[in-house]
Amino acid sequence: MPLTREQIAQRIAQELHSGTYINLGIGIPTLVANYVPDNVQVMIQSENGLLGMGHFPTLSELDADLINAGKETVTAVKGAVFFSSSESFAMIRGGHVDLTVLGAFELSQQGDIASWMIPGKLIKGMGGAMDLVAGAKNMIVAMAHTSKSGESKLLPKCDLPLTGVSCIQRVVTDLGYFTIHDGAFHLMEYAPDVSIDYIKDHTAGKLLIDPAVKPMML
Amino acid sequence: MQDFNKVVTSYEQALAGFSDHMQVMIGGFGLCGIPEGLIHYIHNAGFRGLTCISNNAGIDDFGLGLWLKKHQIKKIYASYVGENTLFEAQMLDGSLDVILTPQGTLAEKIRAGGAGIPAFFTATGVGTLIAEGKWHQNFQGRDYLMEEALTADFALIKAWKADTMGNLIYRHTAANFNPMMATAGKITVAEVEEIVPAGTLDPNFIHTPGIYVDRVIQGNFEKRIEKRTIST
Repeated sequence: MPLTREQIAQRIAQELHSGTYINLGIGIPTLVANYVPDNVQVMIQSENGLLGMGHFPTLSELDADLINAGKETVTAVKGAVFFSSSESFAMIRGGHVDLTVLGAFELSQQGDIASWMIPGKLIKGMGGAMDLVAGAKNMIVAMAHTSKSGESKLLPKCDLPLTGVSCIQRVVTDLGYFTIHDGAFHLMEYAPDVSIDYIKDHTAGKLLIDPAVKPMML
Repeated sequence: MQDFNKVVTSYEQALAGFSDHMQVMIGGFGLCGIPEGLIHYIHNAGFRGLTCISNNAGIDDFGLGLWLKKHQIKKIYASYVGENTLFEAQMLDGSLDVILTPQGTLAEKIRAGGAGIPAFFTATGVGTLIAEGKWHQNFQGRDYLMEEALTADFALIKAWKADTMGNLIYRHTAANFNPMMATAGKITVAEVEEIVPAGTLDPNFIHTPGIYVDRVIQGNFEKRIEKRTIST
């Protein structure tokens, strides 16, 4: 079975290290916060001006002045800090955020990412995504492997307007975990019960099977 | 201290000198930390042809969505407009000129504007649509593009507390774009929840020094929540 959105988040959470500062984008990336292992302490940065994002508030904690970048009401953890948008993007652009997890519409085998606009269909704006992909030291993309009609979103070249060029090195889809380098997607782990041939059939970009490929452990 | 008293008691005084076709910054992230009363006043007064600089465009019936509905905005610099259906419609029919700007670049353009820096280089957007027509320069092996600073005729911001001299403190994530915008307006108007006498705020914990602030008005805030997410 391909992974659910929650399982994609669960796999990405295995990449978290204690003592790191991370930024989680909207969508599947937000779910990563639910699977941080008990022995791992991370500080979650939200680009609207919060370092140390906590859980959703209870009714008594609800505060209109405390939201995340998805505009959802949240709480702040012990040791959290509030700051301005320019301070926030100094952290991001200056490479101080250790890991960024973000969603995408398309990825190319060169590591290009398209995530902000579908011409003629969807104009929402890039928000902080272009700054994040330009500034993050380390990024993981979380996305669906194919469109609803079954077309690969891992492509030789992105069709949609780009968010960033040659910047993505890792992606977890519902079919597997891939690294991106030397002009190809490299399959490192496949989703439980998904065959490598199935992944090959559903990947339009250049796909190489890593010699150490293994089933994903969740 | 009389000369440093920035407090005004009506929106009319707060926005004295405001007119059609001005360039105006509006603080806030979504509906969080927006100067609600100032937005309402400009909506009711019906100023038109405005160029707005704001991260978002509100929702259809609150925040800058009110100005959009009345076609008061001619041009807007923003990073994300996803929640506003009017916005998309006006952008597509050509009545609204939209300069979509990456959020960090927008914040820095405003910060630079307030700090007297006319332009800066950033890697954000290199190789994308927003890089078209922009000056590029390679520094130490990496390509960067040049972005120009933004200033405004009026900066309309929201803070939590002010003293009568215009020193400001923000609360939680309601700071967002407000501190930079405070520095980048020819006239900066702060709408706040509470005004206290000068000397009662601890100088160590003031976010925006009063030198940037021209007028302070006590507002009434609805503080509408855009996405109310609760854990049980």
